[in-house]
Amino acid sequence: MSATFICPTPIATRERIVLGHGSGGRLSAELMRDVFLPAFSNPLLDRMDDQAIFEIGRERIAFTTDSFVVKPLLFPGGDIGSLAVHGTINDLAMGGARPLYLSAAFILEEGLATETLRAIALSMARAAAAAGVAIVTGDTKVVERGKGDGLYINTTGIGVVYQGARLSASNARPGDCVILSGAIGDHGIAIMAQREGLEFETEIESDSAPLHELVGDMLDVSTSIRCLRDPTRGGLSSALNEIAATSGVSIHIDESKILIRDDVRGACELLGLDPLYVANEGKLVAIVAPEAAEEIVRAMRRNEHGRDAAIIGTVGDQHAGLVTMKTAFGSTRIVDLLAGDQLPRIC
Amino acid sequence: MKYVDEYRDPKIALALAGRIREKVTRPCVLMEVCGGQTHTLMRYGIDELLPKEVELVHGPGCPVCVTPLEMVDKAIRIAAMPDVIFTSYGDMLRVPGSSGDLFQAKAGGADVRIVYSPLDALQIARANPAKKVVFFGVGFETTAPPNAMAVWQARAEGIRNFSMLVSHVLVPPAMRLILSSPSNRVQGFIAPGHVCTVMGYSEYEPLVNDYRVPIVVGGFEPLDLLEAIFMLVAQLEEGRAELENQYVRSVNAAGNATAQRIMREVFEVSDRKWRGIGEIAESGYRLREAFASYDAERIFGLEDVSAEEPKECISALVLQGLKKPVDCAAFGKRCTPMNPLGAPMVSAEGACAAYYQYRRHMVAIS
Repeated sequence: MSATFICPTPIATRERIVLGHGSGGRLSAELMRDVFLPAFSNPLLDRMDDQAIFEIGRERIAFTTDSFVVKPLLFPGGDIGSLAVHGTINDLAMGGARPLYLSAAFILEEGLATETLRAIALSMARAAAAAGVAIVTGDTKVVERGKGDGLYINTTGIGVVYQGARLSASNARPGDCVILSGAIGDHGIAIMAQREGLEFETEIESDSAPLHELVGDMLDVSTSIRCLRDPTRGGLSSALNEIAATSGVSIHIDESKILIRDDVRGACELLGLDPLYVANEGKLVAIVAPEAAEEIVRAMRRNEHGRDAAIIGTVGDQHAGLVTMKTAFGSTRIVDLLAGDQLPRIC
Repeated sequence: MKYVDEYRDPKIALALAGRIREKVTRPCVLMEVCGGQTHTLMRYGIDELLPKEVELVHGPGCPVCVTPLEMVDKAIRIAAMPDVIFTSYGDMLRVPGSSGDLFQAKAGGADVRIVYSPLDALQIARANPAKKVVFFGVGFETTAPPNAMAVWQARAEGIRNFSMLVSHVLVPPAMRLILSSPSNRVQGFIAPGHVCTVMGYSEYEPLVNDYRVPIVVGGFEPLDLLEAIFMLVAQLEEGRAELENQYVRSVNAAGNATAQRIMREVFEVSDRKWRGIGEIAESGYRLREAFASYDAERIFGLEDVSAEEPKECISALVLQGLKKPVDCAAFGKRCTPMNPLGAPMVSAEGACAAYYQYRRHMVAIS
């Protein structure tokens, strides 16, 4: 090939933060690699899991933090408050931990209706009580009108790791099975439908739910679980790509095994989105030893949050870091990390 | 899902692929013109189902890819001006101009907003009378009617703070350019079904006659494309060169008369520059003189801004079907969706991005 076939356009440098840095895709990973890891690097952080796990005395403790900036504040199936509680619980659960205590810090915009704040606080309290966790500390700040979208929440969570659980995104091995706990895309589409004023025959609800009991049920039947991830921002694709990259393995999934509700598929068609990249808030993906997979799926199906659990793929050793999918037509395609935000297409 | 699953049935797909295999006896090069069709081919791996005799090359029908560099530069300049709200379809925001993109302009303080329709932009203009609201009117004949409608409606309502940066292009002139090239390899075209829904398909008749090339109007679902490929292979094998319509559930010969009327009222045919290809005579639309006061280029005095495309970039060859994305030395290495060097790597419809997203495991990328 001739050397002149090189596009000389300079590579765009990113001197400022763009929205895509918050998408959970490749830009977010770049920010971690270029800014945060060099600044904070330590053995716990460098593992790049959704939570840090360390020992205090004889207990293994899981510790995590998360921020919630969702618009609109209330959406079908939940609100920013219940989402904050569930999201934090799930980050702990993905480390194999039983969540115990949460913190909640509120950044409020001047002018926010007190009634809205009260409703969200009550919703958080209900979600926490239902999950058996307590919100034990917090903070409030108020910013000027126009400097925030009504309300942002930051949480931290702490929990105790179940006996025998050793979960990490770096644990996947060739031959392992990939399990998905249910239908994907509900949360992202519920939010987007609300934001864009789309109406469907039945309302699409967010799947926001706490998953620690499901994880407990899984760990009760098997200690051969290598890794758990909740496919939130960036969707199933990001979760699988992270695992493949961190473990240095390939992951191959089967399109026909991935459950997507019809109305979610319809909304994705309409908006030009790929459901593999749409956020979930009540689903998990598990990498497990092949001999334990069937039993773990059976245990998951007995839990209300894992009723539709299924094996969707396998871990391989070709093309480390690559996620591929067998299409319904029997061909194979790459399931890539998104570069930035998923953008609505022109036509 | 109704009206979707029928056209994605794997059994029928495999049967159609089998019919193509039975029919074909010699190599043929077919082009799907529209980026949406490229996306479907890649997403479903349809090229993997085809016999090796059938080679698909990907056409210039991605509006994001063919919008010239200088238009992106103009968009960024307008967006950075005071009191401007710049509105656009989402995927234009990431297209690199001479320096930077609209996302970076937004991060630098410009008010850049993603809309789903130019009528949403018009609504923003109504709600913000003190601001100048500009819509980036890009695309083929498919996006032209709503864009024309927005300008028409702005004038009808006397909305003075709305304007459009128009960069509209037309499909038939680009196909003619490809066919008239001495190095043309394309022996049959899948014409873009959505464009033909608006325009009808009679304007493709002269191409069939002048170049004796089979053209089949095709849809966007996997079975649409397989059927269109079968129809083209059959024509080539039987020595026919005809205009046929596969996408009968959406397209007729005359097209959508109402849409065409509003387009004719607001736009007139003009010469247009295509990114990676250069200027093609009478290959696009501009606003008619009667709508000059809605022309963002005039309002903001940017008519003379121009930018040179990098001569060495192979996107010109990719968009004409002379090279595949993987033939580029930068593909998957220096040029990725994260750092797109050329426009076809930007949009999901762009040939390079579609290859990168779905196919790069087929080629060795070091």
